[in-house]
Amino acid sequence: MIKVIDPGFFSTIQDMGRYGVQGFGIPRSGVMDRYASGLVNALLGNPKGAPVLEITMVGPVLEFITPTLICISGALMQPALNGDPIDNNSVIAVGEGDILSFGKLKKGFRSYLGVLGGFQTEFILGSYSMYKAITEQASLAKGDTLHSAQKQDIDMEGHSKLRVNTSYLNTSVIEVYKGPEFDNLSLAQQKRLFSRSYTISKNNSRMAYQLEEPIKNELNPIITSPVLPGTVQLTPSGQLIILMRDCQTTGGYPRVLQLKAASDDILSQKFTGEQIKFNLITI
Amino acid sequence: MQFQLSYKRYGAQAILIEWPAKINVEILHDVLGFKRKIDEQYINLNVQIIHAYCSILIDYKINNFNYNRELEMLQQLYGSKPENTVNTFNRWKIPVCYEAPFAMDLESLSKSKGLSKEDIIDRHIQGKYTVYFIGFLPGFLYLGGLDPLLHTPRRATPRLEIEKGAVAIGGIQTGIYPFNSPGGWHVIGNSPIHFFDATKKQPCFAKAGDEIEFVRISAKQYRDTKILADAKVYQLESEVIHD
Repeated sequence: MIKVIDPGFFSTIQDMGRYGVQGFGIPRSGVMDRYASGLVNALLGNPKGAPVLEITMVGPVLEFITPTLICISGALMQPALNGDPIDNNSVIAVGEGDILSFGKLKKGFRSYLGVLGGFQTEFILGSYSMYKAITEQASLAKGDTLHSAQKQDIDMEGHSKLRVNTSYLNTSVIEVYKGPEFDNLSLAQQKRLFSRSYTISKNNSRMAYQLEEPIKNELNPIITSPVLPGTVQLTPSGQLIILMRDCQTTGGYPRVLQLKAASDDILSQKFTGEQIKFNLITI
Repeated sequence: MQFQLSYKRYGAQAILIEWPAKINVEILHDVLGFKRKIDEQYINLNVQIIHAYCSILIDYKINNFNYNRELEMLQQLYGSKPENTVNTFNRWKIPVCYEAPFAMDLESLSKSKGLSKEDIIDRHIQGKYTVYFIGFLPGFLYLGGLDPLLHTPRRATPRLEIEKGAVAIGGIQTGIYPFNSPGGWHVIGNSPIHFFDATKKQPCFAKAGDEIEFVRISAKQYRDTKILADAKVYQLESEVIHD
């Protein structure tokens, strides 16, 4: 059991999200950085996709009421146990009354905290992922109590065999495929997509990342059609919008690019003012 | 009738199927018919199939996804003999209160359209609306069939919050906001019923191909209906229709 002393800037429980219910207009949700959250669960020996705490920009302060094992991955946020620094990507035993806190954001934007067995919060429509309008709770709040699922055996074997590679935190190259409406773009527009860097605007969230630099656009909107996380839309005003895990299920803007799955993880660790560059790949 | 469809690869693991870019009931029923065939074909596979006005997206959560193989299968499937099953749809009667304080944009709409407020309400009630799909927000029904005289461009500046249940007009569409949400549509009323219940296996009562009618209720009826709806005991009126 864990008590939330301070929720941080925006912390949510996430797993792999809701799948198969998008026909009701329900977003997929789920962890933004699948690599980091996957690492946390693998290191803890949890089931793949077990619920983790996704921590955004400023970390929470948590008090452990019962002993467990924890692991943190993703953004570097100077985590500390009772004030002593602890490392990302290592399994750490915590005892009753221990306090986990975070410091300054050093690299990346989202950290993942896993506990042994995974968190257990409201399970709805096939997922633990918090989302306003679906789960009662949209994010962690002060005074909350978090539970973890029971796990029978503690398996510390084999974890050291995992190769941890955090180089994706340092890259700004986003690999993309052509989107369904890519061919509607003029050659000049296509060229502009790949010939320059784009800055992440302050409008970035779990729903979408907007980019600062516009592209001159005369494309008409399309008749509303399905979209996916990782879809890059081009608005009538020329704004590029990259849809993320909590995006709507359908949209009416031309879908010019589609991110490769691993690029979702890279983008999830970027924030306002950072630069990215698109690199076109073929399947 | 068969349409000329286009198939596009959408990212690494999805296929987008597109009909001619039009919004009409004939295309909708062809989309739904093909979707049923695909649903059946992939019943044992981990795929998600969603559709909109004139498109279907198949999102494959499988290893060894082979685009060309699936494409060929889909093209054959579309041409295959249609199922013989009778598809049942419902016509739902949605109670709406068109009075203040809900009808916040009725006055301005009346002025800009040169139609009386009563005329706008009458035209809205007389419409028979088809549910094309659910999107935008959980439980938001994309409806076709709005009287062309009521077509209105969206507000220049969207409102930061439109209240749950708001019945509104935007462009060529009318719709009901299932949750509080920002929005640029013109609000002409409010429905006291719930369009989405996350605790249910089928969180939405309406489905694509169903029809919607709006029934005018007074402020008093609104309050009574809301109490029943909030207690989850309100029985929505509906009748069965066939395609």
